[in-house]
Amino acid sequence: MTNWNLYSRGDKFFAIVVSVLIGMFTVATLYPFIYIAAVSFSSGFAAQAGKVVLTPIDMTVEAYKYILVDPEFWISYRNTFIYTIGGTAVSMLFIIPAAYALSRPQLMGRRFFNLFIAFTMWFNAGLIPFYLNMRDLNLLDSMFGIILAFAINAFNIILLRNFFEAIPQSFEEAARMDGANDFQVLWKVFIPLSKPAIATITLFCIVARWNGFFWAMVLLQSQEKIPLQVFLRHTIAKLSDDDEFAITQLDAAYSAETVTAAIIVCSIIPVLLVYPWIQKYFEKGILLGGVKE
Amino acid sequence: MSTATDKQPLPARRPKRSLKDRTTWLSDHIRNEWRLYLMLLPTIIWFIVFLYKPMYGLQIAFKDYSIFKGVAKSPWIGWEHFQALFSNDQFLRAVSNTIKISALNLLFGFPAPIILALMFNEVLHAGYKRAAQTIVYLPHFISSVIIAGIVITAFSPSVGIVNTVLGWFGFDSVYFLTKPEWFRPIFVGTGIWQEAGFGSIVFLAAIAGVNPSLYESAVVDGASRWQMMWKITLPSILPTIIIMLIIRIGNIMEVSFELIILLYQPATYETADVVNTFVFRQGLQSGQYDFAAAAGLFNAVVAFVLVMFANTLSRRYSRTSLW
Repeated sequence: MTNWNLYSRGDKFFAIVVSVLIGMFTVATLYPFIYIAAVSFSSGFAAQAGKVVLTPIDMTVEAYKYILVDPEFWISYRNTFIYTIGGTAVSMLFIIPAAYALSRPQLMGRRFFNLFIAFTMWFNAGLIPFYLNMRDLNLLDSMFGIILAFAINAFNIILLRNFFEAIPQSFEEAARMDGANDFQVLWKVFIPLSKPAIATITLFCIVARWNGFFWAMVLLQSQEKIPLQVFLRHTIAKLSDDDEFAITQLDAAYSAETVTAAIIVCSIIPVLLVYPWIQKYFEKGILLGGVKE
Repeated sequence: MSTATDKQPLPARRPKRSLKDRTTWLSDHIRNEWRLYLMLLPTIIWFIVFLYKPMYGLQIAFKDYSIFKGVAKSPWIGWEHFQALFSNDQFLRAVSNTIKISALNLLFGFPAPIILALMFNEVLHAGYKRAAQTIVYLPHFISSVIIAGIVITAFSPSVGIVNTVLGWFGFDSVYFLTKPEWFRPIFVGTGIWQEAGFGSIVFLAAIAGVNPSLYESAVVDGASRWQMMWKITLPSILPTIIIMLIIRIGNIMEVSFELIILLYQPATYETADVVNTFVFRQGLQSGQYDFAAAAGLFNAVVAFVLVMFANTLSRRYSRTSLW
């Protein structure tokens, strides 16, 4: 079916046109990243004059120096690691046992519990009641609050529950014969059998935590608790509002834009490093939770 | 999103006879299965504390809420906030903007991943296809703050590449992000750039599931690739397309407001302000919690009705509920 030699001339033409269009879309996807990287390594003056198109102009690392000596940058970077690792660990501690329990037919009230969890995907109290609740719980400006309050999402539980349900009964029965209880069945049978599903959900959590911005911005006030994304937001807002910065730095080696670009590059790098791994599991994951017959 | 629940083995039998039998059965059951309930308990408590308790707090939409009195003790005022909302031009504008932005997303953002998947399916060189896929999935994993940073830089009047290119053709520099007429095209375009690639995965999976014998017989009949795409591939993935469309319709009220908060400014509120950004400003920035909660409740109820409607539709269409 995909033998080039069997293609008619029209088919060859079609295949070439499609490949070119795909190439164009790919370049269009990639270009903004290349452009930002180029801006980050350009001099403030060249960037300000709109000279940067593809490669750095007046190559310099001044923008990186500006950002890398800022202790707040490093604190926020550290915080993002804490939120990502701590948050993901807490999420898994909740999600895995709950998904297991919900997947067992002998659980009484299973339909009710499933509905209880799924209902939150369809109806959400919204920003204000959630915020006031966090305030009542004394979890404003709390790192623990951020980790705990966003630990679970109904979709992930349902995803893993479906996966557990698809594991054949015989595996569990064999373990039961050997006298295993539910904790042991989960730990020794279900978790090893569900590595791809668990890896997928772990990655969902990691990406959500790494990118999490809105609630961290709303809930955290202390500078020493904010994650990288909020720091980035503050810096972009500060630099673009600060006219003086732009004018006084016009002839300087860096400008508001090159510094912004440098921070963007710094926060994308870790994502790029784990991306091959992410991609491997996400494709599986989206199909796991995707539309089934 | 599946019906796996219905296919499971029978649940444990519960005797329907005397009360005594049932009590014995129950205590046996708990004695044998307490571990299951223990595993579920933390999650149930979490849902109550973080998701159901705020639903109880939603009553402030009908109250004159005071921080000092708290949710329960603030006095009821009925529908006053809702009356104020529906005579508030900004709120009505936000509702209309939400619908307009969603409509644009549906019109341009929905077909994009389908077209992309159909094109990927026609690329012959496996390595080229793989590389292109790897790249187009990437923006999905980038945070909205970075996406906004890229958009702000690219569209900036001095530095921005967009204005640089316009300059080559003799156009004057435009400060796009302050122009209300440019907000929606930029927002929807950014969405396509970020999500079209990743969105194509679902359709590519559907294409992979098409029966190969259909193509084989089409080849025997001398059909071209172009004809096969229209007459075999597209009709075969139509069920997936319809399900995804239904999901989108169910999510009309869910515009990605994080990105809007990062990109809009007072100059563009006119076209950019959606219900959730309105709630954010009125509630979290101006402290009118009760009024903003009413706007949020309106949004949540409309969204709930839409999702229920979408699920009914999909059940009727495919005998598969979305969850």
